Amino acid sequence: MPSIADQIPIADGLFTWPSNDPRLLGSKCADCGVVTFPAQSGCPACCGEDTEAIELERKGKLWTWTIQGFLPNRPPYEGPETPETFKPFGVGYVELPNQVRVETRIQTEDIAKLRIGMEMDLVVEKFIERDGKDIIAYFFRPADES
Amino acid sequence: MDVAIIGIGIHPFGRTEGVTGLEQGVHAAREALKDVGLDWNDMEFAYGGSSAAGNADSMVSKLGLTGLQFINVSNGCATGGSALQSAYMAIQSGMFDIGMAVGFDKHPRGAFTVNPEASGLGKWYGDIGMALTPQFFGMKIQRYMHEYDISEDTLIRVAVKNFKNGAKNPNAWRRNAFSYDDVAQSQMVCHPLRKYMFCSPAEGGCAMILCRADKAKQYTSNSVFLKAVAVKTRQFGSFEVFSQSQALDRAPAPTVQASTAAFEMAGIGPEDIDVAQLQDTESGAEIMHMAENGFCADGDQEQWLREGHTEIDGKLPVNTDGGCLANGEPVGASGLRQVYEICLQLRGEAGERQVPNNPKTGYTHVYGAPGLSGVTIMAA
Repeated sequence: MPSIADQIPIADGLFTWPSNDPRLLGSKCADCGVVTFPAQSGCPACCGEDTEAIELERKGKLWTWTIQGFLPNRPPYEGPETPETFKPFGVGYVELPNQVRVETRIQTEDIAKLRIGMEMDLVVEKFIERDGKDIIAYFFRPADES
Repeated sequence: MDVAIIGIGIHPFGRTEGVTGLEQGVHAAREALKDVGLDWNDMEFAYGGSSAAGNADSMVSKLGLTGLQFINVSNGCATGGSALQSAYMAIQSGMFDIGMAVGFDKHPRGAFTVNPEASGLGKWYGDIGMALTPQFFGMKIQRYMHEYDISEDTLIRVAVKNFKNGAKNPNAWRRNAFSYDDVAQSQMVCHPLRKYMFCSPAEGGCAMILCRADKAKQYTSNSVFLKAVAVKTRQFGSFEVFSQSQALDRAPAPTVQASTAAFEMAGIGPEDIDVAQLQDTESGAEIMHMAENGFCADGDQEQWLREGHTEIDGKLPVNTDGGCLANGEPVGASGLRQVYEICLQLRGEAGERQVPNNPKTGYTHVYGAPGLSGVTIMAA
């Protein structure tokens, strides 16, 4: 297990890091209360400019999903697979209670079990290795696999 | 002031080796001029677009340097619809009497490559494998099927219908009808959508000549009149492509806004439309767009497809030219191809795929990233 110092987030500001219990970072509009992810400076709902960063819930329900059945084009894709090793992966929106639906890749042992409404947990883990360091990203995983 | 479409031209869709996208646009422009017996010299303005095949205004070096006003349009998959809307406004404003809307494209093979940063999204979004349009289509129809009890059968029937229509269209790319089983057993691309339920990036060109309605008669007796043109962008809460998050409260899609505005403008309703072209980037899109455009209630599509209501001889023929599924998607030309088809249908020139009983009204609809929609309503 690399030390936290050798783990680099895929982008700044997506989730709290370093942390033993990382959370996604969103923003909440001070005027209308609407939550967005990732955090942004303006409110897409009321056009207000006063937003504050908030930590998002780490549990939610799968709202919709699909399975990416082919290796995405590079660029932009940076995943480690080759055409030979590629395995279809899940993508979906997870509804975080009273906050927002977040688009996410889904980590699961069994893509055939994905169902709308299933309980999902946030995980932050290694996506790829670059220059000897782990690039970490956020995913959701079915709660029964956590 | 009413606006008439007096000339139409197309370069066949699909793959044309050795011919640039721009040349396909030029071909379509010349065909449109020939259709009405006019010269490029007669055009007072043009609006044109292409997403991957160069600047439309460079067409002037081939068509002739007449000094006309030529404005490039770039609006994702709605580029053609937006060019038409711009041309419509140019005539409606009274500034011009006659001009052209043109679109063309030539995309590399394979799925569209997206640059997330150009859409104001973080680079990470593409790095991790989420900035893909087929995923959005899969996720939107997945949710829709769940909410309105639509089965895979309906997805398959849409694809079978559109490829069947495409086989009757000499300008279509895919001219082979697929059987129900061919579609049902094709490879899963983005669940629940299979390979033969998707359109592919392609090539093609399309052009229209627009004119003040009161002057149209001096050029042709074959005019088709634009009764409404509307383009709308997404509002907060609608479910759109490339959304890293979504609001908890849903809002209607931009298609609903554009459709409502267009029907209001035309002073008629969905029940008055005789033939429609609805964006079918994949089977699921046509299904959802049937309801978003007001032609049926959410969930009724299952019955509509089973009973053949959207077939060429049905009560509302949809995508009579094979749609994006059979024609492919050259982004800049797609929206104008729909208008081209409606013009043929209303002129009674659609040949083997002609809608029976002299259709009098037609409808087109495009949807583009990152969430905009263009609708036109036409009458003979």
